[in-house]
Amino acid sequence: MVKLVIQRVALGLMLMVAASILIFAGTQILPGDVAQSILGQSATPQALANLRAELGLNDPAPVRYVKWLGAALQGDLGTALTNKQDIAKAMGQRLGNTLFLAFWAAVISVPLAILLGLIAVRYQGRWPDRLISGVTLATVSVPEFLLGYIVMFLLAVQFRVLPSVATVYDSMSLGEKLNAIALPVMVLVLVVLGHMMRMTRAAILNVMQSAYIETAELKGLRPFTVIVRHAFPNALAPVVNVVMLNLAYLVVGVVVVEVVFVYPGMGQYLVDHVAKRDVPVVQACGLVFAAVYIGLNMLADIISILANPRLRHPK
Amino acid sequence: MSRIPLSALIGLFFTALYFLGAIFAGVIAPYGMAEIVGDSWEPASAAHWLGTDSIGRDLLSRMIWGGQVTIFIAAAGTVLSFVTGSILGFTAAVAGGWIDQALSRLVDLIMAVPSLIFALVVLSVMPVTMVVLILVMGLLDATRVFRLARAVAVDITVMDYVEAARLRGEGRGWIIFREILPNALSPLVAEMGLRFIFMVLFISTLSFLGLGVQPPLADWGGIVKENKEGIVYGIPAALVPAIAIATLAISVNLVADWILNRTTSLKGGRGA
Repeated sequence: MVKLVIQRVALGLMLMVAASILIFAGTQILPGDVAQSILGQSATPQALANLRAELGLNDPAPVRYVKWLGAALQGDLGTALTNKQDIAKAMGQRLGNTLFLAFWAAVISVPLAILLGLIAVRYQGRWPDRLISGVTLATVSVPEFLLGYIVMFLLAVQFRVLPSVATVYDSMSLGEKLNAIALPVMVLVLVVLGHMMRMTRAAILNVMQSAYIETAELKGLRPFTVIVRHAFPNALAPVVNVVMLNLAYLVVGVVVVEVVFVYPGMGQYLVDHVAKRDVPVVQACGLVFAAVYIGLNMLADIISILANPRLRHPK
Repeated sequence: MSRIPLSALIGLFFTALYFLGAIFAGVIAPYGMAEIVGDSWEPASAAHWLGTDSIGRDLLSRMIWGGQVTIFIAAAGTVLSFVTGSILGFTAAVAGGWIDQALSRLVDLIMAVPSLIFALVVLSVMPVTMVVLILVMGLLDATRVFRLARAVAVDITVMDYVEAARLRGEGRGWIIFREILPNALSPLVAEMGLRFIFMVLFISTLSFLGLGVQPPLADWGGIVKENKEGIVYGIPAALVPAIAIATLAISVNLVADWILNRTTSLKGGRGA
């Protein structure tokens, strides 16, 4: 089992290195010149030469990649082209904000999804099940920014119960911060809830066919007890897996939601600097997002190996 | 085929409506795409059925023109992702060996990075034009089609008729296009609907972030972006394109579900 987990970690690390190559290469595939495309057609040759020197474009690409990754691993993500600020410093604060947002979304959505999944199984085929399935199907088909604006339009503008813009400062108390991020958290919860709940329901229903469930029913346990005590633990591995995948998705969904609610997080930072063609910032953000995403996926695999004894002994 | 379920009929109706609107945008749009015809954010009236947008353009006209752009880009991206994804997927399945390994591992790698993040990274150095958008979205999405096409084709390549074709000396091209493609078509067509929706959401998200279709050209995500400031003043103009995206997504979903059910029931699987 330890060997399997180590293998999975090694695979994840390899994937991260490969992803960093991909992100680096993604900014180099342009047939022309990065400096030219950043400055536009009207740039003077002098400005082009300066920018090339600054970006280190005079070195061959593999050399630049090794330098970039080496510095990034030591916490030096370079400086932004547009305002000459240290990227790691600017990012630290924003990464904290993003994780704060994603953390609360996860804390609310995971238990809620599992509870709704259990209820849907208990009343399978009857109205609570249909209602839950219908609502979650609707939230899955709707883009994040639409959900964001609907929630904002209803709760912040029509009924004025929550702030429409999620601004957070260091000096705010936890309560104030939570009030400020209530709407974005709600949107993120809605976005991931549907998928998690449907998968939980499917995983438990799969187990409900087993003989031991029938035994539990026949010995007279209450239906909900059968589901919680006998079905759910055996459906844990797929549920944990889908939860982790959705948390990974949360990290990406946060990009759009942050822009909708003008939240000072990583997503906003990335999008702003893509528009400004600030390549070092974009690469750094891409690297962090990819690392978190791959890391969570890796964790999902490891947890399902630990949770499911059958996976510990592959043929 | 005899009876189409109601949900599929509704889906077909709205899908057809949106596509016809996109094709005949020039005929049905009451005003031009970037024509300023009134004050900003006028409420709905007989002259402007959906009111006007942030700088006084007719919102209905912009929605129709925007639908054309959104649907065109999404459709072109879908076609690109299907052509590259399925050809590479079939090739990987038929050729096997190192070609299969190389392609599959490359796809694994690209899928390990969230596609929105990767698209943003690439778009930070590329000029944001329609062609680039279609290429980036189509090629990123081709990875998903590749996985499906390869999985389907791996099952088919072991069939006797493929073996027979191999033995009578047909080339790889023949085997892919004449033996595998016709038999792999139905799961791929059902998947196509889902990929199309994904493309619509993808391009809308990019445009909403200001990194997709550039103004004055309209598209649905861009219209949300242009009118989002109105929300705070209680003006729902930004919700109109968002609702259009959602209804298009749901109706294409309904049609895709129906096709999927139909094809699986043909094969004796779960039927509708």
